[in-house]
Amino acid sequence: MAKSSPKKTPMREQPPKERIKNYNEVPFGYSPEEAVIEAERCIKCKKPSCIEGCPVEIDIQGFIALIAEKKFKEGISLLKKKNILPALSGRVCPQETQCEQKCVLGVKNEPVAIGRLERFLADWEREKGEIEVPPIPEWTGKKVAVVGSGPSGITVAADLAQTGHKVDLFEALHQPGGVLTYGIPEFRLPKAIVLKEIDSLKKMGVNIYLNSVIGQIKSLNELLKEYDAVFLGTGAGLPWFLEVPGENLNGIYSSNEYLTRSNLMKAYLFPKYKTPVIKGKRVATVGGGNVAMDCARTALRLGAEKSIIIYRRSRTEMPARSEEVHHAEEEGVIFQFLSNPCAFIGDKNNWVREVECVRMKLGDPDASGRRKPVPIPDANFRMPIDLAIIAIGNSPNPLIPSTTPELQLNKNTSVVINPANGRTSIKGVFAGGDIVRGGATVILAMGDGRIASKGINEYLQTGIW
Amino acid sequence: MVKIIEKEQIVPNIHCCVVESPEIAQKVLPGQFVIVIPDEYCERIPITISDWDAVKGTVTIIFLEVGTTTQRLAELKAGDEIYSFTGPLGKPFEIDNYGTVALVGGCYGIGSIYSVLRALKEKGNKVVVYSEARSKFLLYWNKKLEEIADEVRYSTVDGSIGTKGHSHDRLEADLKAGTMYNRVIGIGCTYMMYLISQATRPYRIKTIVSMNTVMIDGTGMCGACRLVVDGKTKFACVDGPHFDGHLIDWDIVLSRRKIYLEEEILSQERQ
Ligand SMILES: Cc1cc2nc3c(=O)[nH]c(=O)nc-3n(C[C@H](O)[C@H](O)[C@H](O)COP(=O)(O)OP(=O)(O)OC[C@H]3O[C@@H](n4cnc5c(N)ncnc54)[C@H](O)[C@@H]3O)c2cc1C
Ligand SMILES: Cc1cc2nc3c(=O)[nH]c(=O)nc-3n(C[C@H](O)[C@H](O)[C@H](O)COP(=O)(O)OP(=O)(O)OC[C@H]3O[C@@H](n4cnc5c(N)ncnc54)[C@H](O)[C@@H]3O)c2cc1C
Ligand code: SF4
Ligand code: FES
Repeated sequence: MAKSSPKKTPMREQPPKERIKNYNEVPFGYSPEEAVIEAERCIKCKKPSCIEGCPVEIDIQGFIALIAEKKFKEGISLLKKKNILPALSGRVCPQETQCEQKCVLGVKNEPVAIGRLERFLADWEREKGEIEVPPIPEWTGKKVAVVGSGPSGITVAADLAQTGHKVDLFEALHQPGGVLTYGIPEFRLPKAIVLKEIDSLKKMGVNIYLNSVIGQIKSLNELLKEYDAVFLGTGAGLPWFLEVPGENLNGIYSSNEYLTRSNLMKAYLFPKYKTPVIKGKRVATVGGGNVAMDCARTALRLGAEKSIIIYRRSRTEMPARSEEVHHAEEEGVIFQFLSNPCAFIGDKNNWVREVECVRMKLGDPDASGRRKPVPIPDANFRMPIDLAIIAIGNSPNPLIPSTTPELQLNKNTSVVINPANGRTSIKGVFAGGDIVRGGATVILAMGDGRIASKGINEYLQTGIW
Repeated sequence: MVKIIEKEQIVPNIHCCVVESPEIAQKVLPGQFVIVIPDEYCERIPITISDWDAVKGTVTIIFLEVGTTTQRLAELKAGDEIYSFTGPLGKPFEIDNYGTVALVGGCYGIGSIYSVLRALKEKGNKVVVYSEARSKFLLYWNKKLEEIADEVRYSTVDGSIGTKGHSHDRLEADLKAGTMYNRVIGIGCTYMMYLISQATRPYRIKTIVSMNTVMIDGTGMCGACRLVVDGKTKFACVDGPHFDGHLIDWDIVLSRRKIYLEEEILSQERQ
């Protein structure tokens, strides 16, 4: 075996200058040769700590070893035992705070590129053609309704279909996939990948009902009359605003509106697709997470001359994946740290023209462990802008809770569950993902889906609540 | 996908479309709406459900051709399919026995008030309908409304039927002349709803209007439909679309809707 590199095998990607002119995915992924070289970096620890860092406890060492032996087919099977959406998690998981953070190689050098290897296996399988759909056992006689087609709903639907239950999946929008479809842009997560996963669900016999807003077309209680169990995976879709003066001016979007227009409604292909999106020249995005990075990078692709991220803390506190921050920087996104908007100023037609910010400094750590931003008096400043995007977070979707008073909530927003089995306060109703956690991650939503599907199976077998 | 059963241009620029949607027909209540995407490339647009037949499993929408998506919808014929049709959305109208109610409709709103009228009558209200258009030939559903309402008062801009002017002018004149309403409800163009709210304000008559903000998802996810009511940010799609016209911050609504919009719509009607 050749001496392995202290660094991750680099992944080829579109050069920044080129990629900001298109919507294609930025990294190209590993070739089989590159994947094998990277897999060989793993030193096969006796007690692999990477697994502890993975919320769904993938046998990381196992699938990496199979890649090193070029047994890709076996590798993907092993990976999928714990993670049914590796093409997604490989692309969007915050590996640097999960598995890769725990990899022992990371102490001195760079950790094994676990995420890239996951992505490699999933892409290898998909590009080869048929994704294997596991055999579906005979119908158990039970029916389950899954509400929401994001990662948690997809996981529950797939797991339960594979147990032999009949699964109906309800989605409010006209396309399935949840945030994966309406939120995360094409250049980061190609929609063809999401659709492939949805196709697999259909092949497993899952019925997908789009354009179906539960709470409106059917209440939760009505679903309970038709189905033996219900899973709620409706996500955290309610956008927060800053609640500062001028926020309702024209030219101010929530990140959800901006991304939904450009991704779900394909405004980047305007005028072929008819939904418009304001194409700012000087665009300010407020926030420091993945959502903010996606907005700022979308703005560049829609022709912004300056795309500025306004974040109230400093670089180290930003919750975005490090790869996203890195890509944003490469593409020329400007970071205005330690600044917080306190007002938007409009022109006579009520279009936003300026943002006024308070300057901040970092104080003591707060509940999240990050240093708390503290305003500096008399240091406000203004920046000229013609579009602002508010990307400061979302709360769980209130539609089902508000039409189901019996559903127990936490702090009036998130659905309370038993973390061991996903049970809510209503018999037969389970929940997981962002509706329980608030804005979290794809892998946690998937993990919740796994737990809930086990919980549902147990309930359907025993009938005991 | 839903199938169009009937489709007709009932007056120039306003279309009536009956679609097959048994589930929505079962569930809908007065004042709720659907989000429609005529074909894959179009926008998601909100349209009120004007009427329905739970037995036949059909719902009726009335729409004004204003822009690309409503034009595309207007091109579809009976037998064609609508790409996406989601509903019923929004909160239904609050319906109670209020006493005497003025129900004002203009443009597509003449259609939207129909189911509200029916429900108000079922609760035993006396209902006076105000229906308005630029000219007599642009009024529709007159008979349908006259059959149920205690009275229908028409206004036309050219005076070809009813009083000359707009229905808010007529409402204002009636109020001045001493007519008392326990509640006023208005559905139509933004500006009309604004003016009705202004007309009833001095009399402190509770006035409910149906906001037609821009919408995308219609489930409370995007915030495109936000408006300020009583100092608080509300989402028209899930908190509304019906709000107290005296508590709405109209400056924000009118600027978000572009204030010259009515002219645009009217200029289309004039052609
Ligand atoms: C722009 C953006 C970028 C992100 N980037 C990352 C990232 O890089 N890495 C990462 O791990 N996470 C990321 N996240 C977070 C991640 O996408 C979410 O945590 C995850 O998608 C949550 O999954 P979920 O299954 O709970 O629901 P969601 O994906 O939120 O899907 C919920 C679905 O339910 C539907 N729904 C809602 N209400 C109803 C109803 N009443 N009836 C029927 N259907 C309904 C919605 O339309 C939606 O399709 C990002 C989020 C956003 C918005
Ligand atoms: C809850 C609700 C119920 C509605 N019910 C009906 C209905 O029953 N029948 C009906 O015809 N319309 C209704 N509307 C308005 C309808 O949604 C718009 O007319 C439609 O979105 C216009 O789409 P478009 O692509 O054809 O026009 P666009 O190309 O989007 O716009 C063309 C012109 O119309 C203006 N416009 C856009 N949206 C609206 C709007 N909401 N109201 C007025 N002008 C607008 C634009 O500013 C522009 O000047 C309703 C709106 C809401 C929010
Ligand atoms: S911690 Fe790193 S080196 Fe050890 S088994 Fe996991 S991936 Fe391999
Ligand atoms: S239409 Fe998106 S929140 Fe109301």
